[in-house]
Amino acid sequence: MNPYDVLPLAMLGGLLGLDVVSFPQAMLSRPLVAATLAAGLLGDPGAGLLIGATLELIALETLPFGASRYPEWGSAAVVGGAVFVHDAAHPAGMMALAMVAALATAMLSGWSMVKLRQLNAHWAARHRSGLDAGARGTVIGLQLRGMTADFVRGAVLTAVAFAVLAPVAHAAATVWTFDVRVSRGVAVAAAASVALAAAWKILHTVPAARWLFAGGLLAGSLAVVLR
Amino acid sequence: MRVRAQVLLRLLAIQGAWNYETLLGNGIGFCIEPALSLLPGGVHTPRFKEALARQSRYFNAHPYLAGVAVGALARAEIDGEAPERIERFRTALCGPLGSVGDRLVWAGWLPFCSLIGLVVFGLGGGPVAVLAIFLGLYNAGHLALRAWGLQIGWTHGLRVATALAHPLLRRGPQAIGRATALAAGIALPLAFGRVIGPGRYLLGGVVLAVVAGALLVIRLEGRLEGWRLALLALLAFALISVAR
Repeated sequence: MNPYDVLPLAMLGGLLGLDVVSFPQAMLSRPLVAATLAAGLLGDPGAGLLIGATLELIALETLPFGASRYPEWGSAAVVGGAVFVHDAAHPAGMMALAMVAALATAMLSGWSMVKLRQLNAHWAARHRSGLDAGARGTVIGLQLRGMTADFVRGAVLTAVAFAVLAPVAHAAATVWTFDVRVSRGVAVAAAASVALAAAWKILHTVPAARWLFAGGLLAGSLAVVLR
Repeated sequence: MRVRAQVLLRLLAIQGAWNYETLLGNGIGFCIEPALSLLPGGVHTPRFKEALARQSRYFNAHPYLAGVAVGALARAEIDGEAPERIERFRTALCGPLGSVGDRLVWAGWLPFCSLIGLVVFGLGGGPVAVLAIFLGLYNAGHLALRAWGLQIGWTHGLRVATALAHPLLRRGPQAIGRATALAAGIALPLAFGRVIGPGRYLLGGVVLAVVAGALLVIRLEGRLEGWRLALLALLAFALISVAR
């Protein structure tokens, strides 16, 4: 484990974790982007795009409505992308293992966001008198404190998750017994299942959606067959 | 112009202190503060402080449409509207700006752009092309919505409710939903085809597994999210692979 790999990944995880909710919510934290950037930091953006697209299929399910609880994909996808390219040989099970690493991080990151929101409430309660007095410094200070805490949360989570999960994934990959076809097939099946269910969840109340989806499916499938 | 730019920039950070008690409240105060500095006497007057205190209380809205509230409330404060009227307006604005934004953006524009990104990926696009198209398309809509919201809020003030009948907000979610359905149909096989790589030799089995898995996720909706199910399945697969 090279500290010169962990630090930039932690910074990236912090920035992209911040993008999920706090600033600027420009979807830099989506897995398609985050995993590609993380793998790019380690020298293989193409591989990062592959794992990023796979995780993006799963992330289609996440609808980040207000107070609902959902995975924080920014730091999770950074960990997934970095784990996937950490071993340059891309052994057979690496996609499945990288997905496990990303999804496990996503579970922890979602929990950490809930804790951060509770901390924000605690800080706001402590500064109630300043808020009631309309103190400019209090309002701005709370906002900046929340954003700083969100960045630190994402950075620490990314660093710890990568430091723990990258060696575990590497060790598992060395004793992996399924061949690459089965391993890739299972990984893709898992992601595509969630994506298909997500499409139903988002679209089943939209008029004419099923016909448009079917038409698109025909066009997309033909494009795959003809390529 | 400078104040508008400051407010627009701060809108990008409106959720920085989001919490389960006041939700977006502090964020509204944070964003509206540069506009309130235009009040007579500036930031050290009782009028400024009362306005800022009022605007930093509980509020709920979609972050991209919160600019409607920020613009309208800033206009109301600067026009000297009665505090009780501003409070009632604030309360009335909460619900619509949340639900419309969720349908338009989180359940509409975001999955649509994500699927377009996956189409480009599935057609063989490299990292630069995929990221540029996804981020460019998404943020063109994102930033336009924030800027538009602030503009109509400031222009209409307490009468902004009539502006919320804009066709974009009324018909946009359904139109984007239809486009998303088409994009999903095209994107899923294309992305699937590129990611599966060597696994395409087992295509038949994988397709069956996908359909069965999707039905299971739909069946379990509300009890277990799909991503958790995927984690459990992949973890089990990994343990079997390592242990056998």
